[in-house]
Amino acid sequence: MNGARIVVESLKKEGVDTLFCYTGGAVISIFDELHKHGEGITMIQPRHEQGGTHAADGYARSTGKPGVVLVTSGPGATNTITGIATAYMDSTPLVVITGQVSTDKIGTDAFQESDVTGITLPITKANFLVKDVNDLALTIKRAFFLATTGRPGPVVIDIPGDVQKQECKFTYPDDPGLTSYRPKESGHPKQIKSTAKMLSKAKKPLILAGGGVNLSQANDELNSFLNKYNIPVATTLMGHGINPEDVRLFCGFVGMHGTLYANYAIQNADLIIAIGVRFSDRITGDASVFAKNAKLIHVDIDPAEIGKNIPVDLPIVGPAKSVLKELNGADIKGDYSAWIEEIDDYRKKNPLVYEKTGTLKPQYLVELASKIFPEDTIVATDVGQNQMWVGQYYRFRYPKTFLTSGGLGTMGFGLPAAIGAAVGNPDRQVLMFSGDGGFQMNMQELNTIRKYNLKVKMIVMDNSYLGMVRQWQELLFEKRYAGTDMGDNPDFIKLAEVFGIRAVRLEKPEDAERVLKELAECETSMLVHAAIDPNENVLPMVPAGKPLDKVITKF
Amino acid sequence: MAEKEQLTDHIVSVLVNNHPGVLSKVTSLITRRGFNIDGISAGNTKQSDMFRLTIVVKGDDRSIEQIQKQLYKIIDVVKVWIITPESKLDREIGLIKIKIPQSLRNEILQMINVFKASIIDAGPEGFIVEITGTSEKIDSFLSLFEHHQIVEVARSGIVAMNRWEKK
Ligand SMILES: Cc1ncc(C[n+]2csc(CCOP(=O)(O)OP(=O)(O)O)c2C)c(N)n1
Ligand SMILES: [Mg+2]
Repeated sequence: MNGARIVVESLKKEGVDTLFCYTGGAVISIFDELHKHGEGITMIQPRHEQGGTHAADGYARSTGKPGVVLVTSGPGATNTITGIATAYMDSTPLVVITGQVSTDKIGTDAFQESDVTGITLPITKANFLVKDVNDLALTIKRAFFLATTGRPGPVVIDIPGDVQKQECKFTYPDDPGLTSYRPKESGHPKQIKSTAKMLSKAKKPLILAGGGVNLSQANDELNSFLNKYNIPVATTLMGHGINPEDVRLFCGFVGMHGTLYANYAIQNADLIIAIGVRFSDRITGDASVFAKNAKLIHVDIDPAEIGKNIPVDLPIVGPAKSVLKELNGADIKGDYSAWIEEIDDYRKKNPLVYEKTGTLKPQYLVELASKIFPEDTIVATDVGQNQMWVGQYYRFRYPKTFLTSGGLGTMGFGLPAAIGAAVGNPDRQVLMFSGDGGFQMNMQELNTIRKYNLKVKMIVMDNSYLGMVRQWQELLFEKRYAGTDMGDNPDFIKLAEVFGIRAVRLEKPEDAERVLKELAECETSMLVHAAIDPNENVLPMVPAGKPLDKVITKF
Repeated sequence: MAEKEQLTDHIVSVLVNNHPGVLSKVTSLITRRGFNIDGISAGNTKQSDMFRLTIVVKGDDRSIEQIQKQLYKIIDVVKVWIITPESKLDREIGLIKIKIPQSLRNEILQMINVFKASIIDAGPEGFIVEITGTSEKIDSFLSLFEHHQIVEVARSGIVAMNRWEKK
C-alpha cells in the first residue's frame, strides 16, 4: 500500500467522517486515494485554508470529535497557521495534515517548500515530519492520540510527496507507544480530601468554571456538584454553556467585560475552586489583587497551568470530570445561603443594562435571539464587541454550544466555525454573530455554505466600525478613530445574494422580533444585516491591567 | 504581576528522546516563555536513544518551576531536573589558546599547575590549555591573563547533576 493510501486507511481507522481539505501539488496523491477509497469520509472543501481550519475547529468544538484538515505544502500550509494558533490557544483537538516537498528536496528552498514543523512548533501540541513510509501509520496514531487526550490541542503531520508514493505493508497500531506522555487520569485523593475540608470551612465559596470543563465533558458532574452542595458558580468566557445560565447559582462570566456580580463574587469570595481555567489577563485584570480575599484551589489537567499566572493554595492535577466525580462523593458540610443571598442582592442592584434609545441595540438583538432560537442552538461568534455582547446577553444552556476564539481573539473565526458546526450537527440550529469587520475576513466561505447546502443562520452586526478598537479609542485616545472606520463596507445583502443566500436588512428595533423569528424558522441559510447603533459600547468594562472591582459602567 | 523577583542563574537538566528537532523544541520553548539561555550543552546518556541537555537559564524561582512544567509538555522530554545550588555538582571544560612570550613561560606553567590544567598543544607563540572545573574556576583562570594574551576560548558549557542525597 502506498503512503497516500495509508493516510486514507488510517483516517478510517480513527473513525474520521469529515475532512476539511484543499488540494495542491503536494497532496494530489492523497486526494486521489480519497477519491478511490475514501468511502465514509465526507470531504468539505473551503474556499481558503484558513476558513477550512476554523471550520474544522468549529466542528471539533461543537461535536467533541477531533477536526481533521488536509492541505498542500507551502502556501496551503501557511494559510492554516491562524487556524492552528486559534485552536492551540483554546485547546481544540485538531489533526492537520500538510503535504511537503519530497525528502530529497527538503532544505533546498524547493517550489512551495516551507518549514512547516518549524513554523508550527510554538502553536501545536506536537508536530511530526514523516520521512519514512514505515513510520506513517504510527505517526497518525500518535497525532490523533495526542490531539484528543490530556489537554487537547492541534497536531500537525507533514508528509513529503515521495513518502506518499512509497509502498509498505499497512497495519494500524493499537498503541501509540508514547512512553514519556502520561496525562493524569484522576486527582490525588489527598487533595480531594483537602478540598472537602476547605469547603466545609468556607463561608463564601465560588466555583470558577472554564473551557476545560467543556473539553472534559464534565458538565453533568459540575452541575451535580454545585447543586448538591449549593455553591454559586461563575464562568470564564470559554466556560459558557457548562451549566444552565438561568439558574440562581449562576453568576455570569468574569473578566474584562464580565458581569458586575461575577466579578464581585470573585473579589469577595473566601474560597475559589477554579476548574479548567488558565487565568488569562482578560480574566484576572490586575493579577496581584485578583480574588484577594480567597484561598484558591486550581483543578487542571495541565500541570503547567497551575501557578502560571496566579499563586495557588491547593493544586489538583487531573481531568475536571474525574475530579468532580470524586468531589461529588466527598463529605462536605457547609451552609452558603447567606453568601448566595449576598450575590443575589448584588445582582439585583447591578444587573447588566443598556440604554434603550430607539436605535437598534446589539444587546437587544442578542437577548431576543437567545429567547427565539431553540435551547440547544450552537452559537458561533466572531471577535470584538459582537463577541462580548453575545457573551453577556445570550443565555446558554448546553455544553459545546458557544464557539468563540477566546485565547487568540481571531477575527474571521465566526463564519467558518459556524460552517464547521453545521457540518457536524446537521440536525441542529447554528447561529453566527459577527461584526462587519470580522465577517469580511473570511466571507469567501459563504460559498462553502452554498456548495454543501448548509444551514447557517447569520447575524452581521454592522456598526460600520472596528467597534471594539473604536471603543478603546473613545476611552483612551480622545476619540481619534484611526484605522477603525468601516464606512466603506460593501452591501452585505447583495454580497450574500451573490452566493445564493437569502439576506434581510434590519434597522429598526420594532422589526427585530419578526426578522429574528424568520431567521430561526427559515429552512435554509439566511443572513440578517443588522444596522446596529454605531456608538454602542460594551459595558461594564475593566480597563486592561486594572483590578476587577475598578469597573467602568459609563463612558 | 508584582515586582520582578531577583533574576538568578538556574541550571536545568533535561533528558530527551533523540528525535529530530528536539533540541530546537527545547530551546525555542525556553526562549518563547521569556527566558534567556546563558549556556547549553548536550551529550549522550547511558541509553543510546536519549541524550541529556544541561541548560543555564536566567529567571526567578517561580518561573524556573514554570519552565520545568512547560518542558514536560514536550512529548520527547522524558525527565527534567532542576539543579539546586545546595546540591549542585557542575563542571565545564575550556580550551584556551594563549600567546606567551618565552620569558614568561615558566611562570605560566606554574599557574597551569595550580589550576590542575594541562597543556594539550604548544607552538612557538604559545600554548593551548585544557582546563576542567566549575565555570567560576575557568573564569578566574582566564582573569589571570591580559586581554591580548588570549587568542581563542572555547568552553563546553556546563554539565551538571544533583549530588547523592545525604542520609
Ligand atoms: C485577525 C485580527 N485582526 C485584528 C484584530 C484586532 N481587533 C480586535 S476587535 C477588532 C474590531 C472588530 O471589528 P468588527 O468585526 O466590526 O466587530 P465589532 O467590534 O464592531 O463588533 C479588531 C480590529 C483581531 N482581533 N484579529
Ligand atoms: Mg463592527
